[in-house]
Formats: sequence, structure tokens, C-alpha cells
Amino acid sequence: MQIYNTTVARLTYRGLLGRRRALLLFGLPGLLLVVAGAVRLLAGRDEATAVGMLGGFALATVVPLVGVIVGTGATGPEIDDGSIVYLLAKPLSRPGIVLTKLAVAAGTTIAFAAVPTYLAGLLLAGNGGRIAVAFGAAAAVASVAYAALFLFLGIVTRHAVVVGLVYALVWEGVVGSFIPGAKALSVQQWALALAQETAAAGTVTSEVGLPLASALLAVLTATATWFAVQRLRSLTLAGEA
Amino acid sequence: MPQPETTAPAAPAAAPPPGSAPDVIHNIGYRHYDGPRLGRAYVRRSLFAQSLRGAYGLGRSARSKVLPMILVGVMCAPALVVVAVAVATKMNKLPLEYTGYAIYLQAVIGLYVASQAPQAVSTDLRFRTVTLYFSRPIERFDYVAAKYAALSAAVFLLNAVPLLILYVGALLAKMPIGAQTLGLAKGLVGTALMSLLLSGLGLVVAAATPRRGFGVAGIIALFTFSYAAVGTVQSIALMQDRTPITPWLGLLSPTTLLDGVQVWLLDVASAHAQEFAPTGAAVGAVGVLLLLGTVAGCFGLLMRRYRKVGLS
Repeated sequence: MQIYNTTVARLTYRGLLGRRRALLLFGLPGLLLVVAGAVRLLAGRDEATAVGMLGGFALATVVPLVGVIVGTGATGPEIDDGSIVYLLAKPLSRPGIVLTKLAVAAGTTIAFAAVPTYLAGLLLAGNGGRIAVAFGAAAAVASVAYAALFLFLGIVTRHAVVVGLVYALVWEGVVGSFIPGAKALSVQQWALALAQETAAAGTVTSEVGLPLASALLAVLTATATWFAVQRLRSLTLAGEA
Repeated sequence: MPQPETTAPAAPAAAPPPGSAPDVIHNIGYRHYDGPRLGRAYVRRSLFAQSLRGAYGLGRSARSKVLPMILVGVMCAPALVVVAVAVATKMNKLPLEYTGYAIYLQAVIGLYVASQAPQAVSTDLRFRTVTLYFSRPIERFDYVAAKYAALSAAVFLLNAVPLLILYVGALLAKMPIGAQTLGLAKGLVGTALMSLLLSGLGLVVAAATPRRGFGVAGIIALFTFSYAAVGTVQSIALMQDRTPITPWLGLLSPTTLLDGVQVWLLDVASAHAQEFAPTGAAVGAVGVLLLLGTVAGCFGLLMRRYRKVGLS
């Protein structure tokens, strides 16, 4: 079984970054850096501000949004316009296709969400308290999990973007702030656990401990990928108006 | 029906021998239509009605009805709860203002615009039905105006129905009718401004891409991202005691812009955060101008978009 197929990877990159889609993907991290610059001008270099900004804005909004766009964009459009049948008709293993697309999606999400988060951290806090590194690493881990989750959603449903957004914004944003238990079941908190461990003590707090968080992250990524493979094995293309 | 008149017998299938009858054109009685035509206004009305119905999934597949109907339910549920509580505890005024309802539920409204704006324009682009529309006697203006009006009306209804629930509930709870009617009127004005603003922005993003998914993500990104960014910078500015600039920052995202305009124009309390509300006439006037300018700008961009109907 071929795990990584360069042609599939190239096609996925083109689908993600071709034409105007790249504009959207460059716009989000660009805006993050602009906002970080504005905050730096307003507040100067300040660790508490940096943590609030990176946790509340970068990790809570930018990373899930980029994850939704990239994860669903890796398969969704191909299924939507039916051109996936040409890919599935080739003698390529379905796990290979999914893993290749996952690698591309994770890489793109890291490039467009985690790297800007690290840069914004540098801009806001410099190297103080290892905040930039902590949030960069957390965003990278979250990127991989989001890419796997939303890639799976993109294969399962045509409304993957809406479902993904409802999860990313409503569940992690709204439900998490009202029901404490829901917080433990969110990619964002699992990633924060890593940031908590990396950053200087007391700067970042997470709802879950690191061992549990990393186990849950690994389980989520693996399960989503496995189900994506299973769904792609028996994919039917149904028309819908 | 007039009988077809034949002016000559049919020519033989094989090549006619020299000297036979020349080829002729048969008049089989087709006639012009020269009765009254329904014209552009009719097309505009039909397109408006069809798009408005489509925005709630009516006339589309059952699966397309699910999401809009869920969102309608989510919009109405808080109003029903508020009314129930108000009636049960015999309040003498509603716990929230009519104008604040859209601000509190902005995530739901944003999701609705994001899911229905691409449905209104992206699918036309992707399945190339736009070219068929423009083969009818309509101008660009008719298409853009009909789609814009339909989505605005749909968003207006989405927020106006819960406001009416609140109003009816307030009257049932025997609250003063004058104050409640004034509040409802203000709320409806705010709702109209909001629906024009949000659906304009949504349509501009959706018309830029034939892919529905990217349209949805782009619109949501525009709304939530700008709101999160403005909120973050505003609270940091507040912590640093730079309060004079916070109302100006509020002009930069659709929701806070709407909130500021409502506060200044309609004289209501801010639903976003009272300390960020516009204080001077300058901010308020700029906000109103910016809102109207954005609506006009969105319409202009849509007109430009459809100058050439291509996929790229």
C-alpha cells in the first residue's frame, strides 16, 4: 500500500490554494498578525495580554476556522462536483488517498494557522515565558486534530462546512463557556493542556491534564482518519438540488 | 389553428434530375406572438419570490429544509423562554431590549446568512443557470436587486418573527403598550438595517466563488473573525485606558457597527458592551454613513460582479 501519493497531494494542494481560495487562507492569518501588531502598539509587550489574545483569539478562532476551510476543502469540493470518481477509479488504495489528503491538510493548516500563531506570540510577548513556543506547539497539535476531524466530516456530509463551524464556534465557543463539562471535550482545551505544560508555570491554564489530553487528541485523530477511510470505501454520490 | 398551406409538393429524397421543380420553402403556418408580454418587473418578482422561498428551503429538497428550519427554531426559542419567564414572574418590562436580540443571537444569524447566501448565488454560478437567467429579458440590475432583496427579506423575517413573539408576549403580560410598541418599532428598524448589511456582505463573498463550501466559510470567517478581533482589541484598549478609541474600533466589524448605529440613531442601550458604545455625534454619524455606504458598496460590487458571467 502506498501511503503518500505525490499526484494526489499535488491535486489537493491545487484544490486548496488555487485561484481565490488562497486569498481567504492568507487573509485570516494576515489579519491575526495585523491585530497582534495593533495590540502590541496599544499595550506594549505584556504576557497576560499575549496569553489572552493567543488563547481567546488565535487558538479559539483562527485555528478552528482555518482547520474547517482546509479540512473540508481537501475533499468536499471533489465530492461536491463528482470529480472524486475519477480519483477513486484509479488503482490507488483508499487509505492511501485519505492519508495523503490528511498529510496535505495538516501541513496546510499548520502553515496557515500554527506558524502565524507562533509569529503573533513573538510579536506580542517576545520570548518571555516561552509563550510563543507554547501556543505555536498547541496550535500545531490542534491543527492536525482539526484537519483529521474536518476531513472526515467533508467525506461524511455535504454540509461539512456548516457542521464544522457549528462545532468550532457553537460547541467550543458558546456551550463550553456555559457548561463546564463540555470544556473537557474540546480540541481547544486539549491543545491548551500542551501549552500549559510548555509555557512558564501559571501563565496558561487548561481544563484537562496533559496525559489525558494527548491521549484524547491521538484517539480523535486516529478515529476520524479510520472512519474517513471506511466512508471512502463505500462512497455513493447522490444528487441533491 | 390555421391549416398549413403547402405551396409545392415535397421534393424527392434523391437528387432531383435536371429540369425538375425548384426547391421551395414551405409555409407551415408558424405565427408570431404579439400579445402582451410580462416583462422585467414580472421576472424580478418571480426571482424574488423563488429566492425568498429557497432561503427557507421551500421548493427545495427535504434535506435543504433542515438547516433553515433548525435556525428559525433556535432564533425563536429564546424569545419564547423570555416571554414565559416574563409572564410567569409578572415583570413590568422585558429583560432585554428589542434592538439587542439580533446582537445576542448574532452567531445564529451569521450562520443563517452563511448557509443561505451561497445557496442563492453560488449554485446559479456552478450549474451555469445564470446564463439562462440572462437569456430572458432582464438586466443585471434586476437579477442583483431581486437576489439582494430576497436574502434581506429572509434575514429580516428570521429576526422579526422572534421580535413579534416578544411583543405579543409583552402585551399578554400587560406591559405598557406605548413603550412596547415604540421598542418594537426601533427593533424592526434595527433589523432592517442589519438584514441589508449582513446579506449584502454575504452575497458579495458568495458571488465570488462557485463553490458553496468556500462561500460558507468565507462569510462566517468575515463575521466572526472581525467580531472577535474588534472585541479583543477593544477590551485591551479598555485595560490600557485608551477608552476614546474604543467606539471607533467598533466601526470595524458588522455586528459592532450595527450596535453602535442602533445606540446612536435609535437611542437604546448597547447590547455589545455599554462602555464601547459611541458617545459623540462624530462616531455615530460616521457609523451611520459607513453602514449605508457598505450596503451601497455591496450592491455596486454585485453589479460589477455580474458584468461578466464567468466562473473565474
